[in-house]
Amino acid sequence: MTMIFGIPIQAFLGQLLVGLINGSFYAMLSLGLAVIFGLLRVINFAHGAQYMFGAFVGYLLLTYLGIGYWPALILAPLVVGIFGMVVERLALSKLYSIDPLYGLLFTFGLAQVIEGIFRYYYGVSGQPYSAPVQLGGGVNLGFMFLPVYRGWVVVASLIVCLGTWILIEKTRLGSYLRAATENPTLVQAFGVNVPLLLTLTYGLGSALAGFAGILAAPVYQVSPLMGSDLIIVVFAVVVVGGMGSILGAIVTGYMLGLAEGLTKVFYPEASNLVVFVIMAVVLLVRPAGLFGRDA
Amino acid sequence: MAETTLQEARATGSARLEWALVAIGIAALIAAPFFFYPVFLMKMLCFALFACAFNLLLGYTGLLSFGHATFFGGAAYFCAHAVKVWGWPPEAGILLGTAGAAVLGLVMGFFAIRRQGIYFAMITLALAQMFYFFCVQAPFTRGEDGIQGVPRGHLFGLLDLSQPHNIYYTVLGIFLIGVFAIWRIVNSPFGMILKSIRENESRAISLGYSVANYKLAAFVMSATLAGLAGATKALVFQFATLTDVTWQMSGEVILMTLLGGIGTMVGPIVGAGLVVTLQNTLATSGFPVTIATGLIFMVCVLVFRRGIVGEIYARLLTSVGTGKKE
Repeated sequence: MTMIFGIPIQAFLGQLLVGLINGSFYAMLSLGLAVIFGLLRVINFAHGAQYMFGAFVGYLLLTYLGIGYWPALILAPLVVGIFGMVVERLALSKLYSIDPLYGLLFTFGLAQVIEGIFRYYYGVSGQPYSAPVQLGGGVNLGFMFLPVYRGWVVVASLIVCLGTWILIEKTRLGSYLRAATENPTLVQAFGVNVPLLLTLTYGLGSALAGFAGILAAPVYQVSPLMGSDLIIVVFAVVVVGGMGSILGAIVTGYMLGLAEGLTKVFYPEASNLVVFVIMAVVLLVRPAGLFGRDA
Repeated sequence: MAETTLQEARATGSARLEWALVAIGIAALIAAPFFFYPVFLMKMLCFALFACAFNLLLGYTGLLSFGHATFFGGAAYFCAHAVKVWGWPPEAGILLGTAGAAVLGLVMGFFAIRRQGIYFAMITLALAQMFYFFCVQAPFTRGEDGIQGVPRGHLFGLLDLSQPHNIYYTVLGIFLIGVFAIWRIVNSPFGMILKSIRENESRAISLGYSVANYKLAAFVMSATLAGLAGATKALVFQFATLTDVTWQMSGEVILMTLLGGIGTMVGPIVGAGLVVTLQNTLATSGFPVTIATGLIFMVCVLVFRRGIVGEIYARLLTSVGTGKKE
């Protein structure tokens, strides 16, 4: 058997793949956080709950309406996005003029309520959600066995991350968005409806979380608690990457996922901790984060 | 001139009123175990001290820590371990827990003060989660079971703490010492500098204060007192579990402070009392606690940011009309 650093190459690559999949979710979620934070200056604590919400929308659609994975892949982000826009309109928009910490606290309360509701009806145990038949099974790559769905997760997340990046950096809407980040008053004076832009942005960020949720449903079980611990790791990812750049959030997400996978190979006990340790080191060496601009 | 004396008279008047209220409050706490279930009261006192310690950081220094469960729960583990496994007397256990929390505070503060505002909150949260994972895996915490059956022992070898009234008055004493310490810190020249950092950090720097050191000192003090509360709680309930180190616990103490009134002395105590009462009531009703606390969180942030006590202060000030405003 081929060995790498004294470890069978299959095990090595297997953990690397797990890391890559975790990294895909870190990337999508930290991207959503960065998009929201960029314009709204709000850290969306409810991001984990919205991710869980997305997974549950998929589960509920299948259980009660018999709607399968592919439509759910569109519907779940849509539902979560619309929910996000309603929240932004009714509540978050009232908090822009005060200390951004209140936005964090509000979304923290929101996350508790969403999770509490799902926990009340579905308990803490996970609900199974199977991958669609088209993505079932696996392929033998010669050096390792790759379940098709896991490969699809990586591809889909790359597409979504790239798409969001293009939307923000290369389109007209994205240029409005970036302009409004720099100077909302001036952009509004030019006739751009900035409040609408804010609502859409929060909707987009929430939808990204919802998409990550439905994508995660067949990989992990659908459980009310699936988002609450994940979101804290994503916060650490965001601290490492710095929220200055969209690309930074994406790259850091994948990098830390891979780092976690590697740690699982060599020192499994520390795999939960490695992201936080990296965060601490980055804070010592480069407090602004790897891609951050502010001091 | 006349107006100034009038204001001064009102100031001394309200100061006297405050002292009278404090005296009434202490008297009520001394009498309380004869009317209410002592364990419930002690739970309230522990959380009230925890919230006051947290408020020292948020209310008076302007730093939102999302990781205070580390100090509360960490101290509980240290104290429980020392008392149960090493057979230490309760006072030594509490001291060890408190000292342990201070060390944890020093480490977390060292990293967290490198960033401000929202990042500060996220860093403390992430480091607290790291400590949580440590507690899940470290053998001395006994994982999911926690440290159970911690003996209360005899305080200074004399006072039998297994008697409900003995432990109640011990906890009350610890609570009063802790709150007094916070009151002294807030009303000292050191506390003034903390407030100036809260109000305008750049200006405090330009005046020559080494803001980072002050922030770290405030962080360690807050962590130490939170640890005092946590270690005491371990003796009261005779166990230390993972619940106390979760981020939900960090959120709970924020809620207590926010509901009572950030930056007021009494607010966190009131908030802690209300939240603990609410939790106890809901625990038997079947309605999920997290939904209730989450809703209170949202309502507080949207319409009630001064909190109960802060709101009362604001009303009093406007109705008296002395022009003294925040």
